[in-house]
Amino acid sequence: MDRLGVVFDEGYLYDSLSMHEMTELVSGAYMHWDQATYEDLMKRFDLVEQQRIAGLSKGMRMKYALTLALSHHAELLIMDEPTSGLDPLVRKEVIEMLSQFLGDGGKGVFYSTHITSDLDKFADVLVFIHKGRIVFAKDKDKLLDTHYVVKGNPADLTPELRDLFVNLQVNDFGFKGLTRDVRRVKAAIPTAVFERANIESIMLAYV
Amino acid sequence: MNVTIANNSTVPLYQQIEDQVKAAILKEELRAGDPLPSIRQFANDLQVSVLTIRRVYSDLEAEGFVVSQAGLGTFVAESNLDLLLDAKRRAVEKKMVDLIKVAKSVKVTKKELLEMMQILYEEER
Repeated sequence: MDRLGVVFDEGYLYDSLSMHEMTELVSGAYMHWDQATYEDLMKRFDLVEQQRIAGLSKGMRMKYALTLALSHHAELLIMDEPTSGLDPLVRKEVIEMLSQFLGDGGKGVFYSTHITSDLDKFADVLVFIHKGRIVFAKDKDKLLDTHYVVKGNPADLTPELRDLFVNLQVNDFGFKGLTRDVRRVKAAIPTAVFERANIESIMLAYV
Repeated sequence: MNVTIANNSTVPLYQQIEDQVKAAILKEELRAGDPLPSIRQFANDLQVSVLTIRRVYSDLEAEGFVVSQAGLGTFVAESNLDLLLDAKRRAVEKKMVDLIKVAKSVKVTKKELLEMMQILYEEER
């Protein structure tokens, strides 16, 4: 339990307390509370301990919750939608903090999110869950290296090629689809247009 | 060292990065003993996953371009000159094959090609 840091979307923070009081409550629960790290993070996140939690914006609450999670030498962080509701600048700060936490190994971050643009930049492995089932669990870069948007002439689409597509739209002007195997498609129709997809469009194609 | 990921290319990310690191080593922008970025740093800077960088370093080590020392990091390998020369020669051969393909496609004869090569080689001093 000591090695686990958690951050949830909804408060388990006591609104009526100040951050300082909350910290006093929480820090005692951990074997390896690190006051120095805590103070450093509070400073970096621009948080004033004396402030009441009820008066904090969503972004500040998140930063505070993250500070608590990172101040007891946790090895695994488990988070539920840690960046939802945060503006892009704050999201960037949080992601950079997580990245630093991961360092060169020995630590893990496991989080759920629907903000796929964060994942485009930051994730190592993705698990996509839809209606309770795992649709795919893959190395992010492998996913992005194999799933491309392809546009071209429908006449080029043989049944074997169609099978390589996750989704496909054909109209009078051409076809557009997401393939799961860009190498084979490119080998078959090198003159088609190929574009890298982002995680959101890949997810939507599978659903 | 300059590593640029082309977003519109169908070449896999790990391949693009490997090729550019190798090029930097062959061009001697990176010398024997020079440290390569830490896996996490490199991954963050390029916005790719650490798994990809690990693969890049692992492949480069298998091909003899870098060595990784547990706890210290990854470094450019001591110049195995033969290995480097071989890699450079193979790069030249590859370009020649492409050149020959293009030449044939516009009906340049072998004789003409050799003549062009002769002239241009002398010019490139």
